[in-house]
Amino acid sequence: MNDMRLLQRTQGMNDIKIQANGVDVFYADNHAIKDVSVEIEDKTVTAFIGPSGCGKSTFLRCLNRMNDTIDICKVTGDILLDGEDIYDPKVDPVQLRAKVGMVFQKPNPFPKSIYDNVAYGPRIHGLAKNKAELDEIIEKSLRRGAIWDEVKDRLKQPGTGLSGGQQQRLCIARAIATEPEVLLMDEPCSALDPIATAQVEELIDELKQNYSVVIVTHSMQQAARVSQKTAFFHLGSLVEYGETGKIFTNPEDSRTESYITGRIG
Amino acid sequence: MSEASTNNPAHAPKTSLLASDARTKRRETAEKRFRMYGIAAIAVGLFFLIVLAVTIVRSGLPAFTSAVVDIEFTLTEVQFDEAEGTVFKTKAYQGFFNAALAERLQAADFDVAFDEKAIERLLGKTGGTIREFFRANPDKLGEPVSFELPASSRVDGYFKGRVTRDTLVDSRFLQVSDLDIVDAMVDAGVIKTVFNWNFVTGADTGVDNPGGAGIGASVIGSFFMMLVVLVLSLPIGVAASIYLEEFAPQNRFTDLIEVNISNLAAVPSIVFGILGLAVFIQFMHLPQSAPLVGGLVLTLMTLPTIIISTRASLKAVPPSIREAALGVGASKMQTVFHHVLPLAMPGILTGTIIGLAQALGETAPLLLIGMVGFVARGYPDGVVSGFLDPNSAMPAQIYTWAARADAGFYEKAWGGIIILLLFLLAMNILAIILRRRFERRW
Amino acid sequence: MIDPHIASAFDRDLETIQAMLMKMGGLVETAILEGAEALEHRDLDKAEKVRSGDKAIDRLEEQVNEEATRVIALRAPTASDLRTVMTVIKISANLERCGDYAKNMAKRTTVLAETPPVGSASVSIRKLAREVQLMLKDALDSYIQRDADLAMQVIERDEDVDQIYNALFRELLTHMMEDPRNITPCMHLHFVAKNCERMGDHVTSIAEQVVYLVTGSMPDDGRNKQDATPYMTDEGL
Repeated sequence: MNDMRLLQRTQGMNDIKIQANGVDVFYADNHAIKDVSVEIEDKTVTAFIGPSGCGKSTFLRCLNRMNDTIDICKVTGDILLDGEDIYDPKVDPVQLRAKVGMVFQKPNPFPKSIYDNVAYGPRIHGLAKNKAELDEIIEKSLRRGAIWDEVKDRLKQPGTGLSGGQQQRLCIARAIATEPEVLLMDEPCSALDPIATAQVEELIDELKQNYSVVIVTHSMQQAARVSQKTAFFHLGSLVEYGETGKIFTNPEDSRTESYITGRIG
Repeated sequence: MSEASTNNPAHAPKTSLLASDARTKRRETAEKRFRMYGIAAIAVGLFFLIVLAVTIVRSGLPAFTSAVVDIEFTLTEVQFDEAEGTVFKTKAYQGFFNAALAERLQAADFDVAFDEKAIERLLGKTGGTIREFFRANPDKLGEPVSFELPASSRVDGYFKGRVTRDTLVDSRFLQVSDLDIVDAMVDAGVIKTVFNWNFVTGADTGVDNPGGAGIGASVIGSFFMMLVVLVLSLPIGVAASIYLEEFAPQNRFTDLIEVNISNLAAVPSIVFGILGLAVFIQFMHLPQSAPLVGGLVLTLMTLPTIIISTRASLKAVPPSIREAALGVGASKMQTVFHHVLPLAMPGILTGTIIGLAQALGETAPLLLIGMVGFVARGYPDGVVSGFLDPNSAMPAQIYTWAARADAGFYEKAWGGIIILLLFLLAMNILAIILRRRFERRW
Repeated sequence: MIDPHIASAFDRDLETIQAMLMKMGGLVETAILEGAEALEHRDLDKAEKVRSGDKAIDRLEEQVNEEATRVIALRAPTASDLRTVMTVIKISANLERCGDYAKNMAKRTTVLAETPPVGSASVSIRKLAREVQLMLKDALDSYIQRDADLAMQVIERDEDVDQIYNALFRELLTHMMEDPRNITPCMHLHFVAKNCERMGDHVTSIAEQVVYLVTGSMPDDGRNKQDATPYMTDEGL
């Protein structure tokens, strides 16, 4: 009990990476996110949990402006990345997305070689001056993606030929190849078997040394396993946000309690 | 089954899985019946396909052969000079030829009387061909030269069974007595059937010479048109679809455009023809009968097909790929050109080739811009040279032949259809190969 | 309890282990009461009954642990469910210890029956046992009702138990000093009293578990330990 509190205190020392103040999201007339304010810490895994349609994915997509691609979606409120408003008209969403990478629910490698999959981001952002540098970035990314050993001999083979878990780790490697500062993951393990899930979770745990990771998950157990902070969304509102151990042993809000213990409520 | 027993499984009577009940039997019969319908439908379709194919091949194949008189004779320099000295030069050559033919038939112990008129009816005026040859190749004088001279279309018809002794009416084209000579020539091995290269490579002839008519010129016309269609409709169509599908805002205006594109795909092709006539020929003063104009008209007709199929294949690219690209920081345009378009390529190509194939077989709009009923002069030089020279196209040529009175053109029309179908087949195979090649990369 | 689980089998599992725990609690309560009665009335039959009854308690504890482990493995309980299962395990261990003490009391009764009574010690012990049994009953009630206030009261009542025990300790010490022949029965009586006091501590622990179960955190350890015997000498008497 006391140890847990000690842990909580040490995590509180990380800097704030993303700060959201009073964010509302509307899809046409549908008020999808209602006044959400949250502070996401650097070098921490933050999990968003909540029932389907609670807005957790929508909120996640606000963090790198993926919602911009949907015409009817309107975002109000401030989201600050390192103190800069990412919805400022001067901000180019493409530049933002290079800083805030994203991994999706379904492993979605490009139908190209493993090498080209990872090389795509660095290429379009001009991160490598020559082939040698690019090779270096790719090896580094694949190593960080914990998939290098499995694919180093077949970099020229299509990424779609890998197994589901390998594909997802490839996607993570692809996301970190652009040197992002924040990594958003939208249910990254929902299409994976338990072994692959464990590998990805292990990877997420390693990634938190360098990145701020935000993960949306339907599996509360996964949120409990990988995250240090957990935010519970319900009907578009942020109900509770706090240290993961606290949320899972003694949540403050009865809605959180009902959700994580699997009750109707 | 009573109401109670269905509601309460505990009271349902025990049934064996091995014995099928009435319901199962009914269902199985229905399923069997449905399979039979399907097989019957396919059988009917196959039957008609086979009938069509057999008819086309049987009626069209004769167009690829022609009867020729194969004769070898030697013209000395003396004879050449002598002939060049006369007033009717070709007539003199014809005399030499007739003499050679008579000698040949006598050598084979055939004693058939024939005169120059009969030979002319059988072979046309042969002197010209012979004179042309020797004037072009004077070094061949004095040595034996083999000539293959095409028999007249009636004689050709006699060989192919189109003309028989019973049906033949004496005319200035052919008399029944001439057939005796033909028979003698056949027995002497002078006349024979060979592959008709002229049909494949040659140009159309006048209405009275079905034997010399070829589809080659209109193949080239069609080829030029397809080139125009491909070069114009592929980039325009793909660009338009990409803009509409990926970039255009969703509003009433784009909706209107979408509806109109769908409607255009259903507009009868003759409407495009009259549009082409009005815009390209009457307004822009482009030359009539030119492949360029035909190509432009067919481009208009093909565009909706290409746009619709391209949009469908763009739509079919999974959104996860777009998200993936956007997620690593690609812009909208990079996403489309680096990822979406390559993935949609097989579908786009298929749609394009289907559109091209449709355009290739189109006749109606060509009628209106004058790419029909055209007889090439000075072929091949005059036709091959460009997009602006008058030409015809395969389907229009077939239409023209089919409309002509001489029965010889009828078989040419069928032969033309075989060539057209071969082209379509080749295009479809190309489509499949291209699709395979692009798909294999993913 | 708030709303039922979506998976009703989960509710049934939790109810099953809690029912077992309550049954165990009932058995322990009886054992404490009957053990004290047997001691007071030198009733060897009753003492024997208490001794043999402990086996049932031990078996129940095993079952509770087994079921709790199953629930953890199969249902992965979280939040209040997790606290329920965790406290069930801990409370069952506490109850099992109480059962053992009651059994030990019964064992000593067979020895004490041979010796002459020492003052009113056995009456005091019965009072002590009665108090512990009441505390246990309230602790179990607070568990069932998820009543943290009642549990806090139980924790506070441990002071009373400690005081009774302190008094008994002094009394027994006095008897032993008066007459060395009293030493054997007094030693046994002291152990019985100590057992009761230990039971009181276990019941307090149960009550603390209830507080944790309901509030999610352990009660503050602010109360004074009233067991003064570790510092007692014969000089002060």
